[in-house]
Order: sequence, then structure tokens, then C-alpha cells
Amino acid sequence: MSKNSNVITNPLSKNNPVIVQVLGICSALAVTAKLEPAIVMALSVTVVTAFSNLVISLLRNTIPSRVRIIVQLVVVAALVSVVDLVLQAYMYPVSKQLSVFVGLIITNCILMGRLEAFALGNKPLPSFLDGIGNGLGYGLILIIIGAVRELLGSGTLLGFRVIPEVAYEYGYMNNGLMILPPMALIVVACIIWVHRSRNKDLQEK
Amino acid sequence: MKALRNFLDKVKPNFEEGGKLSMFRSVFDGFETFLFVPNTTAKRGTHIHDCIDSKRVMSMVVIALIPALLFGMYNVGYQHFLVNGILEGSSFFDLFLYGAACVLPKVVVSYAVGLGIEFIVAQFKKEEIQEGFLVSGMLIPLIVPVDCPLWILGVATAFAVIFAKEVFGGTGMNVFNVAVVTRAFLFFAYPKSMSGDSVWVSKDAVCGLGGGTVVDSFTGATPLGQAAVAQGDVVMTNAVGDPISTVDMLIGLIPGSIGETSKIAIAIGAVILLVTGVASWKTMFSVFVGGALTALLFNSIGTTPIMNISWYDHLLLGGFAFGAVFMATDPVTSARTEIGKYIFGFCVGMFTIFIRVLNPGYPEGMMLAILLMNVFAPFIDYWVVQANINRRKNRAKNNAFKNINA
Repeated sequence: MSKNSNVITNPLSKNNPVIVQVLGICSALAVTAKLEPAIVMALSVTVVTAFSNLVISLLRNTIPSRVRIIVQLVVVAALVSVVDLVLQAYMYPVSKQLSVFVGLIITNCILMGRLEAFALGNKPLPSFLDGIGNGLGYGLILIIIGAVRELLGSGTLLGFRVIPEVAYEYGYMNNGLMILPPMALIVVACIIWVHRSRNKDLQEK
Repeated sequence: MKALRNFLDKVKPNFEEGGKLSMFRSVFDGFETFLFVPNTTAKRGTHIHDCIDSKRVMSMVVIALIPALLFGMYNVGYQHFLVNGILEGSSFFDLFLYGAACVLPKVVVSYAVGLGIEFIVAQFKKEEIQEGFLVSGMLIPLIVPVDCPLWILGVATAFAVIFAKEVFGGTGMNVFNVAVVTRAFLFFAYPKSMSGDSVWVSKDAVCGLGGGTVVDSFTGATPLGQAAVAQGDVVMTNAVGDPISTVDMLIGLIPGSIGETSKIAIAIGAVILLVTGVASWKTMFSVFVGGALTALLFNSIGTTPIMNISWYDHLLLGGFAFGAVFMATDPVTSARTEIGKYIFGFCVGMFTIFIRVLNPGYPEGMMLAILLMNVFAPFIDYWVVQANINRRKNRAKNNAFKNINA
């Protein structure tokens, strides 16, 4: 059991897909200007990685190795379409904000990476947990970036005003650069900076 | 001088290893080497020393900036008294004091934030304090509008010092000019207090100085801003709507960033930099050539109003001259090879006019052009060195052939 719990907790910090493996950066920059789309994106990716890992792991002994990429793509594409339609049905405004990036989950390197590296060689339960762990590890970073950017860029969190009106009357202003993608990259860099300085074994020589 | 030296020698043991104040060693070191040229020399290898070390070079640039700073103070006062209609009956000192009250807090904030971070980092890494911020700290207040709030200036300075300099390894290692990064951060993060028509002239009384009400004909847009949005012929006006000529732009009693308006004050600074050999005339000269040629090119196309501005007006508009003299010549972030300096400068001038003419959203192209060329400076140097190596190789090969045939 401890092995299974390791599978979930490892991607949260020591083997985080975004800040250690530096995968999935593109969507981390694109959808994190506000916290709400960041959370929805995090959940969507978690669902897709978990279930695609599960399905591929169940099929792992029957997939011919030559066509495995195509099989993986079909499974992921089906799951992404389901997620996309569910979002459009129940969370239309957020779905519009995320626009093309829900569809682009299929090209997220984290997905293919986990399928190739883990699901093809492990049993269904650990694979499922690995998918959840990696999705959460990715989501954690997304939510941190989204919170920082929305707080400093718009003065709100999840649409509620956090920085009081009084501050604006005294001359406080929102930081317009936080809304733009370059600042997301710098926030990611800061997270990596803090993370590396706390985990000496991750520092490159 | 002697007394100062003796005092420093007396307190020095306190700051050395094991002394009472050893934790402030880097701070003491910084001040001591700022006041006196250090007497340490390189231990190995052959080095040529002259009496000018980098702290003295930096001080020279700060001295060269002083005419622009003083004129900037006077101009801030002049603009304020002009738009409030109280210019008549105010003395030179009224104007200058008002300007000083507006500008000096910016200088203090910029130095306090920047040097504060430098001191903390130096203490943290147990290194000496580096002197690069002496110049950046003076440049930053000169390239912002007078109405830029102090806290925003502090945030931007902190951002630039940390992300443009310290993460790259401190003074001498930075890829981008720190002062230009500060301005770029301000421009994109707080566009309302960095651009537009209302930030270039201080309208309220400061410390009981100045005051009055703004006259009706007040416009507040800089000549460059007016040129960017002009329809038909470009007619530039000063802050109360009177037309201005090229000579006015040369003297500099016009709205604009604090230090960039007077081309005469900048020229004095340029002479100081060139005579002392701190800045390269090659970079400076080729920025102006690049800008002028590109402006002439657009003159011959001439389909929009801003394309038709004459080349000498282009060189006098906005921060072109200030950037060319003080920022493009930064020895750390510009090209270092001699031919590279021509290429670097030419491209800075060219891109400035390109950005200015083709994208009216960013009328101040100097900042973006310098940042862009900062990225390419190492590549230019590499290319120049490589071309030289190839030429010499070819010559050696040809000579060898000749010798065999002879």
C-alpha cells in the first residue's frame, strides 16, 4: 500500500510534472490568468490522465507495440472529447474561457509521458493512482500560478474582490503584466526557485 | 581625505572576520572601496592596471547624468508653472525647487530599493557589494514620467534588480540593461501611469510649492505622443497648446520623461562620457546613423503622418537621444567587439524608428529596441570574432600556397 501512496505523492513534489520535469508549460501559461479556469483545467487534466492511464493499463498486454501510440491517442481523444462536452454542458462560461486548451489536453506531454512511462508497464490500480497523482501535481502548480496572477493582476480570487477598495483609493493599481503570459513564466520560475532551494537533491551541479 | 582614511582604518578591524560587526562586512567593504580605490591587485597572470576601477567608471556616468537630472528638475517645475498659468512672477528658484521636490524622492526610492537588494544579496552570498546599481539607480528616475507613483517605481526597481540582474549573477553578468527593464516593466504592468496624456506634467502642488489651477488649453501629451496619433500634418504643441519647433525640442522645455527632454543636457553628458572614454563613440554614433537612415527611408515611403517626420526631428523626439547616449552604450549589455559596436548601434537606431513608425501603440521604441538588441549582442560578438578567425585562416592558407609555389 505504501507503494501506491508513493505513486500519488511523488508527482506532487519530488517528481512534479511541471516544475521538475518541465512538461505542460504551455497550458500552464495560457489558462492561468484567472484562478477559476486554472482549477477547471487542473481537474480536467486529472480526470483525463487518471482514466487514460487506467484504460491503457488494462489494454497493455493486448496492444501491439508498433501501433501503441495510435491506440493511446484514440483513448485520450475520446476522454478529452467527453470532458470538453461535459464542460460545455455544465460550465459554459469557463469552457469559453478555456476555449481551445481543453482540446489541446490531448497534446499535453504529461499525458503521453505517463502512458508511455507508467501505464504500459504497470497494473491498473497503480496506473490509475499515478494518473491522479500527476494530474494533481500539475493542477497544484496551475492553481498556485492562477492564484498569484489573479490576485496581483485583477485584485480578485475566483471573481471575489480580495484587495479592498480602500487600497485603490490610496493609489494601489493592478499589475497589468500579471495578466500577460510572460509573467506566468516568471511565476513558474519563482516556484521552481523556491522548490529547488528546499530540495537540495534536485539541484543540478 | 587623510582624516577619512584614518577613520576607516580605525573602524576596519570591527568588520573583519571575528570582529563585532563582521556581519556587515560587505556593507563596509562597499563603502570603503566606493570612497577609496582598493589597494589589492591581481595575484597571478599578467594584468594591465590603470587607476580607474569600475566604481570610478560608474561614478563618471553618474556625473555625466547630472546635467540631465538638473535640467529635468527645472523642466518639471517649468511645466507645472506653465500649465497652471503662474509662470509670470515666479523666479528660477521657485521652478527649480518645485522640480527638485518632485524628482528627488524618485531618486531616493530608486537607490534605496536597488541598493537595499544589492546589499542583502551580497550579504547572503558572502560576496563584495557590486557597484552596477550606482548608474541604474540614477537612470531609473530619469526615464519615468513625473507623475509615476513612488511605490510603483519601487516595485519596478525591485523586479528589475532581481530578475534582470541578480538571477543572472549580479553586476557584469546581466543580459538586459537593468534601467530599461525597469521601464519596460512599468510600461506593461502599469500603462496608466507610464503612458497616455496625463502623466507627463505634474499638476498638483508638492510640499506647499506651486499650485493654482490648470489652464483650459492644457494638453499634456508629449510631442512624440502627438506625432503617434496625428492625422494629416503633424503639428506638435507644448503643454498649453502652443506650437513648438525643432529648437524647442533641442532645448527641452517640453513634456516628457524627467531626464530625456533636453538634448543639450544629454549632449553635455555625452561629451563627458566620450572624453573620459567610458562610453564608446562607435555605438553612440551608429545609433544616430541607424535612426536617421531609417527615418529617411520612411520619409520616402511617406504614407502616414508619422512617416513624414524629418530625420532630425525623429532623433530629437522622445527618449531617442537619451537612450543612444546612456543606455545603448552600457558596456555590459551592448556588443563588445569593435565592429560589433557599429552593428549593435545601427540596429538599435533602426528598430527604434521601425517600432515608432509602424506601431503607434508603442510610440517609445527606444526601450524595446535596446532590449531586443541586448539579446542579440552576444550573437553579434560571436559572429564578428568568428568572421575574423575565418579571414585569418584563409589568409594563412593562401600564404602557404604562395610559399609552396614560389
